[in-house]
Amino acid sequence: MTSRTVKFKIYRYDPDKDAAPYMQDISVELDPSDRKLLDALVKIKALDDSMSYRRSCREGVCGSDAMNINGKNGLACLTDIDSLPQPITLRPLPGLPVIRDLIVDMTQFFKQYHSIKPYVVNNSPAPEMERLQTPEEREELNGLYECILCACCSTSCPSFWWNPDKFVGPAGLLAAYRFIADTRDEATNERLDNLEDPYRLFRCHTIMNCVDVCPKHLNPTKAIGKIKELMLSRTV
Amino acid sequence: MVKRLVVGAHYGFRDWLAQRVTAVVMAIYTVYMLVRVFSLPVYDNAAWRALMAGGFTKFVTFLFALALFYHAWVGVRDIWMDYVKPISVRLTLHVLTLLVLVGYAGWVAQILWRL
Repeated sequence: MTSRTVKFKIYRYDPDKDAAPYMQDISVELDPSDRKLLDALVKIKALDDSMSYRRSCREGVCGSDAMNINGKNGLACLTDIDSLPQPITLRPLPGLPVIRDLIVDMTQFFKQYHSIKPYVVNNSPAPEMERLQTPEEREELNGLYECILCACCSTSCPSFWWNPDKFVGPAGLLAAYRFIADTRDEATNERLDNLEDPYRLFRCHTIMNCVDVCPKHLNPTKAIGKIKELMLSRTV
Repeated sequence: MVKRLVVGAHYGFRDWLAQRVTAVVMAIYTVYMLVRVFSLPVYDNAAWRALMAGGFTKFVTFLFALALFYHAWVGVRDIWMDYVKPISVRLTLHVLTLLVLVGYAGWVAQILWRL
């Protein structure tokens, strides 16, 4: 890789100074070692320290640097900069209130996540050793537990845009199924009752934007389908 | 009334399932009618009337119409739920949708059984 100049169009909004959001054109000189979008954002921050975004682990584990990249949600740290057509347009995650520049208020997202009780509920006396699972039972949790709560999926979901206060959203529903599928959990029926609602679960119209954008290649739509399968098996 | 966000209507699955089942009913009917229509000896009004005059055709066509209206009820209600926020407007739209669809069902019966 050689040195190159990359053009950006970045959403800027500082509610203390700006009357309205605007798009700022920025060009940045990248070193040969700069491979990911986050590397470029670090360079841009050095040019203009008022440009704000969240970041932490820089390797796709913390989920902090989720943003809308050329119209599609993704993690800046996992996105190859040379795969993006220029100017690279960066906006905050859609559908959530903007705090400043690329930083959004995730309160609503986490409210929905907490509403599904994202922890194992088991009131049986704890055994001497840990609560065991068979390899097959553990296998069921693969593709579910890896979610990093970056909110790429929920903020690309139109149903979450229209009803973020009532629809749990793909991330929350994936987490809901993660605990429904866990054999150590004893609250399966309560969890299904909690989701038996025209808004909480059934706003999902299976358009699969969530699957399209998930940076961890998880499949919330499949998890939602499995929740519906369980509801079917206890209904008919 | 206090302004609190409330969810937990404890319904939704049945309608979701009904929408799938009615879709299957409509798909089967569509294939059945295509076969019947393409196997007509001639294409004229008399042949069409003879096809629709059969008791079984009336029966399955009426079932198709009911499936269509139930399917439409869930689908149109979904649109109101997605986009219409004020509860009074949403309730009015739900009721109007339901009344129109029930009216349509009666109209279909009238059309089918006067042939």
